[in-house]
Amino acid sequence: MKRKNQKLAFVFLFLVIISVIFILLYPGCDQSYSSQLKGEERASLTSAPYVPPPILRNHPSRIIVDLETKEVKKRLADGVEYVFWTFGGNVPGKFIRVKEGDIVEFNLHNNPTSKMPHNIDLHAVTGPGGGATSSFTAPGHTSTFSFKALNSGLYVYHCATAPVGMHIANGMYGLILVEPKEGLPPVDREYYVMQSEFYTQGRYGESGLQPFAQQKAEDENPAYVVFNGSVGALTGDNAIQAKTGETIRLYIGNGGPNLVSSFHVIGEIFDKVFTEGGTRSNHNVQTTLIPAGGSAIVEFKVEVPGTFILVDHSIFRAFNKGAIGMLKVSGNEDLAIYSGKQKDQVYFGSDDEDQDLFSGPLNLKSLPEIDNTQHINNEYGLDPIELGKSIYTTTCFACHQLNGEGMPGVFPPLAKSDFLNKNKEVAISAIINGLTGEVTVNGKTYNGIMPPQNLNNKQVAAVLTYVYNQWGNSGKKVSEDEVAEIREKKVISMK
Amino acid sequence: MKRLTNTICSIVLYSGLFLNANPQGTNNSKMILISTGFYESLFNKGEEQKVEKFYLDVYPVTNKEFLEFVKANPKWRKTNIKKIFADESYLANWKSDLELGEKANRESPVTYVSWFAAKAFAEWIGKRLPTVAEWEYVASASKDKKYAVNDKEVIKKILDWYSSISAKEIPPVGSTEKNYWGVYDMHGLIWEWTYDFNTSLVTGESRGDGDLERNIFCGSGSASAGNAENYPAFMRYGFRSSLKANYTTRNLGFRCAKNFK
Repeated sequence: MKRKNQKLAFVFLFLVIISVIFILLYPGCDQSYSSQLKGEERASLTSAPYVPPPILRNHPSRIIVDLETKEVKKRLADGVEYVFWTFGGNVPGKFIRVKEGDIVEFNLHNNPTSKMPHNIDLHAVTGPGGGATSSFTAPGHTSTFSFKALNSGLYVYHCATAPVGMHIANGMYGLILVEPKEGLPPVDREYYVMQSEFYTQGRYGESGLQPFAQQKAEDENPAYVVFNGSVGALTGDNAIQAKTGETIRLYIGNGGPNLVSSFHVIGEIFDKVFTEGGTRSNHNVQTTLIPAGGSAIVEFKVEVPGTFILVDHSIFRAFNKGAIGMLKVSGNEDLAIYSGKQKDQVYFGSDDEDQDLFSGPLNLKSLPEIDNTQHINNEYGLDPIELGKSIYTTTCFACHQLNGEGMPGVFPPLAKSDFLNKNKEVAISAIINGLTGEVTVNGKTYNGIMPPQNLNNKQVAAVLTYVYNQWGNSGKKVSEDEVAEIREKKVISMK
Repeated sequence: MKRLTNTICSIVLYSGLFLNANPQGTNNSKMILISTGFYESLFNKGEEQKVEKFYLDVYPVTNKEFLEFVKANPKWRKTNIKKIFADESYLANWKSDLELGEKANRESPVTYVSWFAAKAFAEWIGKRLPTVAEWEYVASASKDKKYAVNDKEVIKKILDWYSSISAKEIPPVGSTEKNYWGVYDMHGLIWEWTYDFNTSLVTGESRGDGDLERNIFCGSGSASAGNAENYPAFMRYGFRSSLKANYTTRNLGFRCAKNFK
């Protein structure tokens, strides 16, 4: 018996020794981290909203980063151009991904066509100026410096050349992720979103090439607050995508230069937020604050399909200055989590003295005027369908929905709408004058209020032509003259 | 009394504009006498610096003029130039040593030249490069005012050039505004070398410069700046500080100056 035990112990010891040797010889099987610097690689950089793949190695390496500063003229909004100063040709700058302990050799190239000298301050750098002192680069030159990524986290980088404010305001910022030694837990999708403001001479939507407005920047009164460098960079066809059941990780930065972001995704709760891009995580967060020159990592699982809207919940920035993005989730409904509208029935209110508030006809004239003037100058350089789409996706979609499907019982559909297709004049009038009272659309009755939209004739014609040519509608065209005529007549009787 | 002399001097000059102001007398490098005055330094809380009267080229030096220089001085040709005197992009838009080619218009300012090359050119024709003080003194004028650095419209116009992307081809000299002194293209065409371009060094970390060199330079809006609103000047100082004497860049040229006596 004793001998048998001894024998077993030997076998056990033998197995342990074998496995130890195995582990030592095959570091690939070892999940533990070795702090010895090994190998050299070139960092793969990505433009927003994409993120380079996770770094799987379990040791630090020498990483070579090549980033080019370039001054480019690009779209800021439909019909609006701006001269952006960039890291890598786009705003925000390229996403850089390294690992804690890596030695980063940084080459900053200033394109020969640049008017300005530029440099880079990476908040991930421990050292004077965050690299700015060593990377000041004249046009047509390259500066090289190295740093050790001592602290893990998500960090902003930006240009720090005088005048600093103007270099940042023109678009010179981006994110660098220093993954912790042990890496980040795997997720299904990762995206890069960066908020920032633009200070233009013209107000929001004013067409043409808009120069930087120093005074507005000092007053912290931007014309634009956007995600990923322009209005619409994350909406419509540019929306980020996911499937139900997937976990999403967003790397969110705020380039400022001035405003703090109240980052929120409509219809989602962040399961996890690494506040300020640090190590600590908070759970079950609705809105997270992102300082100018700061960041956050948010993670959430998408359970149900639909379009989830990314906003700065300082809400006028979202609906009036451009801070809107979209996450489109496809997949099967889960009615237990979200049912959709189940019922719509009449409600009489309670029998108290407030009742009279609801009596009497609602007077449209007394409704506050809605200022949609931001669209007025959007038409610059756009064909009517494009212009119409741009107006639809900012003005109409909130009620009539992205594909004109409407909302049962509340907002009538515009897709395959018999009402719309047979009443062109009423449709024009509805946009100009608003529409109130009972209408029957595709056999269903709606009794709501559509407020008048503050759009000019060209815009009304464009958006209606767009709608008439979508979603199985009749393909009619609406001209500016027709709109002008209805605007003259004022009253349109319904057929 | 001095002011009176200056005024008289200016009047005399205006009447003789472009006629005989150039001590050299050659057509292509007309000079104008700039009368004595004070230049408000961007640093040292706007300390005034006296600028003695001097001659300044009406236009930046053109490709055509620089071609004459390299014809006469083989060691300044593209293929002969020593690396310590100019980097690889020296005269990059020229076709060859003695041919301008399509990208370098004869009448446009010569760019892609180093400080060494600019200085050699100036000496070759018996001139010199203007100092920062001289250059800035002349550049503080607008179309009709001698001192207009606080004029919002002027600031905006200058900033608009700085923040527009580089033109495919730099326009000919004389295509921007003539200023109070009768000098063209101080703003809106190119950057220009100055003799002492590296005396107000920005370290590259503009935000810390106030501590390093309290009296020289610091970030915008900082305490020691004479005029925090003078963004154009900040940008010029920033640009100059990014340079070394052998650097050449696409938008950087020069013009010459000459002592009065």
